[in-house]
Amino acid sequence: MRRALPWLIPVLLVAAWQLAAMLGLLSAQVLPAPTDVAAAGWELARSGTLWTNIEISAWRAMVGFAIGGGIGFALGIMNGLSPVSETLTDSTLQMLRNIPHLALIPLVILWFGIGEEAKVFLVALGVFFPIYLNTQHGVRSVDPHLLEMGRAYGMSNAAMFWHVVLPGALPSIFVGLRYGLGIMWLTLIVAETIAATSGIGYMAMNAREFMQVNVVVLSILVYAVLGKLADSVARLLERNALKWNPTYAKV
Amino acid sequence: MPPFAARGAAVTLRDVSKAFGEHRVLRGIDLDIPPGEFVAVVGRSGCGKSTLLRLLAGLDDPTSGTIEIDERRGDRSEAVRLMFQEPRLLPWQRVAANVAVGLAHAQTRRERHNLAEEALLQVGLAGRELHWPMVLSGGQKQRVALARALVSHPGLLLLDEPLGALDALTRIEMQDLIESVWQDKGFTAIVVTHDVSEAVALADRILLLEQGQIALDVEIDLPRPRHRGDAAAAEIEGRVLDRLLRR
Repeated sequence: MRRALPWLIPVLLVAAWQLAAMLGLLSAQVLPAPTDVAAAGWELARSGTLWTNIEISAWRAMVGFAIGGGIGFALGIMNGLSPVSETLTDSTLQMLRNIPHLALIPLVILWFGIGEEAKVFLVALGVFFPIYLNTQHGVRSVDPHLLEMGRAYGMSNAAMFWHVVLPGALPSIFVGLRYGLGIMWLTLIVAETIAATSGIGYMAMNAREFMQVNVVVLSILVYAVLGKLADSVARLLERNALKWNPTYAKV
Repeated sequence: MPPFAARGAAVTLRDVSKAFGEHRVLRGIDLDIPPGEFVAVVGRSGCGKSTLLRLLAGLDDPTSGTIEIDERRGDRSEAVRLMFQEPRLLPWQRVAANVAVGLAHAQTRRERHNLAEEALLQVGLAGRELHWPMVLSGGQKQRVALARALVSHPGLLLLDEPLGALDALTRIEMQDLIESVWQDKGFTAIVVTHDVSEAVALADRILLLEQGQIALDVEIDLPRPRHRGDAAAAEIEGRVLDRLLRR
């Protein structure tokens, strides 16, 4: 029973939506009925277009995340551990962070055109900062008592890193991961809407040209489902990696 | 004196001073501790007792003077082990792995596991190898920390107010445990404590540190096991307290 309760409100909303559409309170041009959206989804799934577009969008998202997240993670670790590295690079990075990456879209299009590189670049840029900041913060805030214990017990620097620093930084790193995932989808949606010839965003813009509102709504739902999926995977990883922590034991 | 005195490390301090900038914490300490002796260091907060312990542990270097453990200066590695006031266990590793942290030099997996098991048995936590630290009570965590300190069979065990965070009854149990382990293994033990009655219950010798110098050095020649409420123990405790509080 308790597991079903969180779904109560969404189900009621969808039911109300369906009812409103059927009663003519909602024009099909404003918001088509759920059944209409489902039908469009079924059609696109059958023809394969839906899957192709999802695949392309997912690919861009993952590659961008891997690049931006990978660099962000590496720099976060370095700047967390090394005061020299931090002094050299952190200010520059903070300055760059204050430029909203979505505002760079016109520049990116000029540089990269509307090919895959442009979208992957934007996603990588967006994902970089939350992961960098949270990784660095995680490394810096490892319990100094544990670090001292490690030193007192003769742990090598490598052992300290793998057994004390990294596990201690993990909760923060996961926060960065989940933030990064959210920004990944956001960036992708915008990038695909503005400059694309494939993908879910393109599918939505194309549908808009032909007044296929149901496809537009479908695209939004697909993005939402993908976003939820990514977050669920992240939460699963988090629960698994942090099962020693009382805060996460019951999540 | 414990039966296995030969297994403890001899500790020698010559004119050891430690200053943090202008603030002089230790001033010219001279100290000889024979192998296997149980020494308690007492004093007010800020008298330098924790600093002394950290110097002995190698976490810090003296500003001047020499420290020799078994006539060796410099790197101590497994010969010296420190137990903190907090358990300082790695929450992301199970109990046995935490104890194995004390085995600095690589052993085979089997050896590490066996040594950890043996250490846990000695502190009364047999069977708890695979538990996470988070399910243990404060006293149990401290016992894991003790196992971690003992697992490499150190010649010198340093204890920095290890029982301060425990409730009174657990504290007494832990004192008995530390004493029995010490009698069994024969290492040299130096415990820093603010609790004079604890010092009298555990130690062969009490050092009172006052403003960075040894103000009192008392032998305690009471038979073990010591009973609390014993008249002779109370007399020594009173003497030390009077000196500590300058009554």
